[in-house]
Amino acid sequence: MNVTEVGTEARQRWMGLLARAPAARLAELFEAAVAAPAHAWLRMPETGGVMVRGRAGGTGAPFNMGEMTVTRCALRLETGEVGHGYVQGRDKTHAERAALVDALMQGPKAETLREAVIAPLAEAEAASRRERAAKAAATKVEFFTMVRGED
Amino acid sequence: MYVAVKGGERAIDAAHDWLAEERRGDPEVPELSLAQIREQMSLAVNRVMAEGSLYDPELAALAIKQARGDLIEAIFLIRAYRTTLPRIGHSRAVDTGAMRCDRRVSATFKDAPGGQVLGPTFDYTHRLLDFKLAAEGAAPVARQAEPTEAPTPRITEFLNRDGLIQDEAHSDETPADMTRQPMEYPADRALRLQALTRGDEGFVLGMAYSTQRGYGRNHPFVGELRIGAVEVEMEISELGFDICIGEVTLTECETVNQFMGSKTEPAQFTRGYGLVFGQTERKAISMALVDRALRWEELGEENVGAPAQDEEFVLAHSDNIQATGFLEHIKLPHYVDFQSELELVRKMRREAEGSMKEAAE
Amino acid sequence: MRDDALSGGFTDAPVEAARAFRAALEAMACPGSLHEVAGAEAPAPLSTAAAVLLLTLCDGETPLYLAPGHDTQGVRDWIAFQVGAPMVGPSEAMFALGRWDALAPHDAYAIGTAEYPDRSVTLIVEMEELRAEGVRLTGPGIETEAHLSLPETAAFQRNAGRFPLGWDCYFTCEGRLAALPRTTRTEAL
Repeated sequence: MNVTEVGTEARQRWMGLLARAPAARLAELFEAAVAAPAHAWLRMPETGGVMVRGRAGGTGAPFNMGEMTVTRCALRLETGEVGHGYVQGRDKTHAERAALVDALMQGPKAETLREAVIAPLAEAEAASRRERAAKAAATKVEFFTMVRGED
Repeated sequence: MYVAVKGGERAIDAAHDWLAEERRGDPEVPELSLAQIREQMSLAVNRVMAEGSLYDPELAALAIKQARGDLIEAIFLIRAYRTTLPRIGHSRAVDTGAMRCDRRVSATFKDAPGGQVLGPTFDYTHRLLDFKLAAEGAAPVARQAEPTEAPTPRITEFLNRDGLIQDEAHSDETPADMTRQPMEYPADRALRLQALTRGDEGFVLGMAYSTQRGYGRNHPFVGELRIGAVEVEMEISELGFDICIGEVTLTECETVNQFMGSKTEPAQFTRGYGLVFGQTERKAISMALVDRALRWEELGEENVGAPAQDEEFVLAHSDNIQATGFLEHIKLPHYVDFQSELELVRKMRREAEGSMKEAAE
Repeated sequence: MRDDALSGGFTDAPVEAARAFRAALEAMACPGSLHEVAGAEAPAPLSTAAAVLLLTLCDGETPLYLAPGHDTQGVRDWIAFQVGAPMVGPSEAMFALGRWDALAPHDAYAIGTAEYPDRSVTLIVEMEELRAEGVRLTGPGIETEAHLSLPETAAFQRNAGRFPLGWDCYFTCEGRLAALPRTTRTEAL
């Protein structure tokens, strides 16, 4: 598969998932799925800050809220695919694994990775989001009228 | 006169050693782990992230441990650390409308679509000490209910549809950044919001309270308060598209304020806005009240001289690290300054005594 | 994005950037002095020295203007990945890169304000040749006099006349760089 054939939307989805994934879980899944391929660094892992912006009134003009820590790197596999990793936090091996997965997802191992890494991460994330939403739903107020005054 | 004095190194080293020992406390008591602080002192962690202006729960937990629980000291540590980080870029403005809400309440509309969701709140607790927490017990389990897939629209959107609330003009202008350029007054709203969101919770709370007590009253209702996770997206120039780089928990408060109209504006509701890292409800509400108070000029209101209307007063004093740095430095050696003051007072007394004697003779 | 955009940056950034920064600092402190730098390989027509300066002095918060001739897709892609500087027009630029003629008009750039004279552009001027001969330089950082093969003198004299406002210049040619801050006086011989 050629790099340009990878859909942008699909790539955005897996890169986001890798950014949010718990580093330990990604490591576990990745190591069980494939042997880490040889690669050359295009950008060594580096930790920095990204200024997070909000909007006045939620929808108005942007303002700067504060930074979050992000670690990024870029690498090229021996087979030519270039992988980028941008992950939340300061874990350099997390960024490296994210970039490796990103690169492998553009090559012949994509299906393996999708099944063994991407799908389980997506499922775990959806499950934990569902659980939180269920707890929130349990705290939703049901109003009932006790006495209505004469009108 | 400036006299350089050297010394005290051994005393300082010993003080640091003792500090480390005191930080650990009784070694018979198990040591706190960062995970324990992150999970069980999470609101302290949230405050340190909000005022330290860096979203990283692990780092905030470390700072709290190192600072022995002194949150301003912890914020200081985080601020110092964040200056060492290269700035990778800035995010797209987060979409709080798409927040996955843990909590969402409105004090203005009982039957708001999406409902009143209380979340893990202290609100309806009785504020009685719970001695059960003094003993170790099984981890509590929260109840669950079937979540609805329906969206949770903004309360202000309803009012806006009828033109009853002042519109929030959408723009994609690059906001000024007070961490990159020195503050200049008058500051625009973007700068004010940035200063308030990282400002000291106690100070912002006090300012907000002063408006409620009548010093620049602005009749606020909490139109909506929501707490939950939002995804953070950033444009990656080498890729040419946006990706999600993580997720942050935010607290957002929109106040709906009574407004009688002015020379330039019809009677309609106006807004105050608060948006803060973490579950930080008190701070977000305070921020919204102070934001609204500072908007007197653009809304054509009268300046009644209230402290919360004074932009420079509010913004220049809201930062607890600036404040504590300047305040605490006066305990450090000022031997020479004081010596000159002493000389001056002695001289003035001598002169006064001399003239008194002359007058007596 | 072309593949060569992803290579040619520093391989050991902390060390290489520190060395390059030292050279850039020395060059500015001693106007007219020549310094060799290395470690960057950028697409043509970017010289090694100009690429090293971009890697060392620029980042996502330093708006950059590319003058005609240097404003190519290859250069833009390389900068997007290696530096991240946003591309802007001359008046908003903190750094501007190109040949001297291509950078004209030289009055289009920020020269700072009375409160913040530092809010001014730094021009990175790509040269065919760069030698310690030609225009006579005097002023701070120069013990007696120095010489540099400047493209002209009038613009630099005008610039020095605006002190403390004005822009500062780096000149680059292959792996060599020199600098001319706004404090230096220039005289054609």
